[in-house]
Amino acid sequence: MTLERAIAGIFVVVCLVYGYTAFVTMEEALLPFERNMMFLPNTLPKWLSVIGILTGLIVVIQSGPASRPEADPDEIDVRNIRQYKVGQALSLLALMAAYALLLRPIGFIAATTLFLTAGATVLGERRYLVLVPVSLFASLFIWYLVQEMLGIFLRPLPWFF
Amino acid sequence: MLEGILSGLETALSFQNLLMVVAGCLIGTLIGMLPGLGPMSIIAIMIPIAIKIGDPSAALILLAGVYYGAIFGGSTSSILINAPGVAGTVATSFDGYPLARQGQAGKALTIAAIASFCGGTVGALLLLGFAPSLATVALLFHSAEYFALMIVGLAAVAAFAGTGQVAKALMMTVMGVMLATLGESALFNAPRFTMGIQDLQSGISFITLAMALFALPEALYLVLDPRRSNRGRGNGDAIEKLRISRSEAREIAPVIGRQSLQGFFVGVMPGAGATIASFLGYAVEHNIARGEDQAKFGKGSIRGLAAPEAANNAACTGSFVPLLTLGIPGSGTTAILMGALIALNVAPGPRLMVDNPSIFWAVIISMYIGNLVLLILNLPLIPYIAKLLQVPRNYLIPFILFFTMMGSYIGQNNATELLLLTGMGIAATIMRFAGFPLAPLLIGFILGQLLENNFARAMNLSDGVSFMWERPMTAGLLVFSAVLILLPSMRARLAKWRRRGVAPGD
Repeated sequence: MTLERAIAGIFVVVCLVYGYTAFVTMEEALLPFERNMMFLPNTLPKWLSVIGILTGLIVVIQSGPASRPEADPDEIDVRNIRQYKVGQALSLLALMAAYALLLRPIGFIAATTLFLTAGATVLGERRYLVLVPVSLFASLFIWYLVQEMLGIFLRPLPWFF
Repeated sequence: MLEGILSGLETALSFQNLLMVVAGCLIGTLIGMLPGLGPMSIIAIMIPIAIKIGDPSAALILLAGVYYGAIFGGSTSSILINAPGVAGTVATSFDGYPLARQGQAGKALTIAAIASFCGGTVGALLLLGFAPSLATVALLFHSAEYFALMIVGLAAVAAFAGTGQVAKALMMTVMGVMLATLGESALFNAPRFTMGIQDLQSGISFITLAMALFALPEALYLVLDPRRSNRGRGNGDAIEKLRISRSEAREIAPVIGRQSLQGFFVGVMPGAGATIASFLGYAVEHNIARGEDQAKFGKGSIRGLAAPEAANNAACTGSFVPLLTLGIPGSGTTAILMGALIALNVAPGPRLMVDNPSIFWAVIISMYIGNLVLLILNLPLIPYIAKLLQVPRNYLIPFILFFTMMGSYIGQNNATELLLLTGMGIAATIMRFAGFPLAPLLIGFILGQLLENNFARAMNLSDGVSFMWERPMTAGLLVFSAVLILLPSMRARLAKWRRRGVAPGD
């Protein structure tokens, strides 16, 4: 099974769940007076689930090895995924999740400096004497720009300050 | 009227107001480059400063300058790092980013600047001539027509997809509209499809989705395939080269002309705005182009870059028509501008032209001046902006990731948004692996909410779906969208038949 078919298949399943919610769960939750109204919160979702299932099925049926456009050097060939730097990409994604979780507790400046330094380290940067000051300066600059000039609050320091 | 224009010219050309235009354009460009801060938020931030100025014409001129600057700034981040911070510049990244990756970032930015300038200029001239009469046409559009117009916009995605990709593009569009139904809608205050998660109650924010669909997969691609970032860099000279050749100028001139006109008229209709104008502009030019030119779309076509840029700027100017003449803000940005106007004790509406002619005309004229200033300011800056791409890869990628996260964080101040961004980014990357076009998803998402609101209004007004065939303009637009969807597959089938008819060569 190609990746394309798998995605379209998952989409059809999602549409089925979405449609069930629209046709059954939301319908049951309607108040008596709402039943006479022309347009309800689930009107568009009902249409969408039907159209979604149809288009998803068309993609499942149509897609196969033949429907793939010719290999583009700019695209990534999933069949040979091992030749790419998957480890680096996954580490960066993990760093992003860590940033999301740490941003509030340890403050913007520390979290950003750590993220930028660790991100560059993952990619192979080892000149810490350049890297750390650049990251620190960048996070201070962005914090100043956003908080002081634009007036959007970003907690700069950890929670205990 | 002539007297009004002259007094407006006098106001717009005063030293103080010229300074306002320059300052506005500069601030707008610089802040607009940060993904996540679109014209709407920048104008909202600038309102207190504008009100402090006190003089309504000077304040409006400053805000109009910021508006244009922000739109141009947004295009630069779309072109350079594929991070469209504003819905109106999403279409710019389709061809602008591939051009930058071919080492022609300078040229791409120049084309964007020139196309924006022409679009804005044509828009301002049309506004000067037609503002009063256009207002009546805009009123002819009711919710049923808006609904049909949204359907046309969604169907136009068929134009983005190549042969055999129509079904995939449609699937992604439906997915986008489905994402737009998440959370509470404007019409009902019951949360839908949130699975009980409180953070989903306000729905997914546009900027998070845009970053997850475009910037994040691109950054991940750069990580996965290191050769890719070298390819994009080109040699040092080409990247800064601004000049476009005479044949290229000849190629984009008709595109810019057509799209400036079309964009303006789309922008005049309240609710349509720059986003639809840019997508429609791109789709129309894609369909007009023939053969090799058409194949180039999406891979770095200068026509594909010029079209949305011209349309987008012309539409921005067009959106001032309903604001200034009817007092109806056609887009989020003009709604904020209207708030600023009211705070300055000016009531926009049909009486504005009669009561305050100098404000009315000064704003229109300073829009033109703003465009000119933007061109003069930005052309010399382009080599420096384009140099961004020469930052070493080890630094560039963490910074791109950081800016995408900032973009979605600033708007909501909610760290959950960042987890959502990462999750959707992974999903988008996998879909990109499988060759699904991601742009239709975002278009579906942007138009989804507008679509539902207008659909609801039209259905309530006509007690059912009968409006689809009872109103001629609606019916016409719906038929047009059906043609848009069916045309590509018909074309492909025709080509197949034709090939069968010809004997295979030996």
